[in-house]
Amino acid sequence: MSNQEREPLFSAKNLKLLTEPLGRNNPITVQVLGICSALAITVKLKPALVMAVSVIFVISVSSIVIAALRKYIPERIRIIVQLVVIASLVILVDQVLKAYAFDVSKQLSVFVGLIITNCIIMGRLEGFSMANKPWASFLDGLGNGAGYGLILVIVAFFRELLGSGTLMDYPVMEKLGLYSTGYEDNGMMILPPMALIVVGLIIWVHRSRDKSLVEKN
Amino acid sequence: MENLLNIFVKSIFVENMVFAFFLGMCSYLAVSKTVKTSLGLGLAVIFVLIITIPVNYLIENYVLKKGALSWLGRGFEEVDLSFLAFIVFIAVIAAMVQLVEMVIEKMSPALYNSLGIFLPLIAVNCAILGGSLFMQEREYQTLIEATVFGFGSGIGWLLAITGIAAIREKLRYSNVPDPLKGLGITFILTGLMAIAFMGFMGIKL
Repeated sequence: MSNQEREPLFSAKNLKLLTEPLGRNNPITVQVLGICSALAITVKLKPALVMAVSVIFVISVSSIVIAALRKYIPERIRIIVQLVVIASLVILVDQVLKAYAFDVSKQLSVFVGLIITNCIIMGRLEGFSMANKPWASFLDGLGNGAGYGLILVIVAFFRELLGSGTLMDYPVMEKLGLYSTGYEDNGMMILPPMALIVVGLIIWVHRSRDKSLVEKN
Repeated sequence: MENLLNIFVKSIFVENMVFAFFLGMCSYLAVSKTVKTSLGLGLAVIFVLIITIPVNYLIENYVLKKGALSWLGRGFEEVDLSFLAFIVFIAVIAAMVQLVEMVIEKMSPALYNSLGIFLPLIAVNCAILGGSLFMQEREYQTLIEATVFGFGSGIGWLLAITGIAAIREKLRYSNVPDPLKGLGITFILTGLMAIAFMGFMGIKL
């Protein structure tokens, strides 16, 4: 068997697959994928966490499935096959959420379904799983899912803290006693436009720390 | 009629796909470099929306919904297939996109060449699936209402993408801080445009 077969499970190369998407190659801020279904659910931390976990689940499992089937999928119908795998997993997630976390499922509304068209998942399946072994694909999927979740959680953290003064529904600002000093919540943070602006600012910070990511025009 | 007009205006301005729900952001960010291409993509999105939403509406109401199968006979009144909605909708969208592509290629090669690469891209545009899912969630009463909603959403999306493309064309001559160039400034501009669109909130005809 080839060398790769005997490669340790967490070799440097595999570990890189996992960590790269968290920073240098983040799916949202660098690859510009998967923004569609992400921003509307970052008003509060809780739905954002649920969404992050769902996407991590769907992307890592579908990566394994597609990577395992990659030699049997005809080139011409691969998109349909990928969509079917993703859609089945998303139905699973949706049904589980409806059964065990109904209030969150209501808050997420159509955005659970929109995980199907989340470009990160299609992008990773197309770009990585179709050409790599299941284990490597799993790590790649996990890394990208986590990189996506990271941005989601950061955005939701600031929007919930500044917009409603709570974190995970725990009244942080009130406990700190800020309201008695005349502090007020910024209602603007709850509105959709601020999600875009917060992501824009995250990109700004990210790119000023890592100059190699700066675009030409 | 008033009701239809209300749905139409609402779906363009108040509940704009891009500014209120962030749908179709991927292609919105990737293709909005010039006005001409974004106009092409916007038209293709309208086109696909006004085909897929009515089709999915019919499927939802005559196949998937609880009790929708009752036209088959008495035994089917309790059947509820709505958990299949995601997979059916996405299959319809993918098939429709393929079909539309073939029809356009046959009927009007000129239009095909100008839309060309964008059509297949649309199958995974969240605005299309989002349109169908919103149609399901909001439970429009008639087929016409659903179609009008699809048409309005498409126009709203077209408006958003051509708007940002026009701004980005001008942006080339302005002095944006280096790390903010490209993606960063586009996000912030979209945010500002969304704030402007919020001015339409609460409009009711």
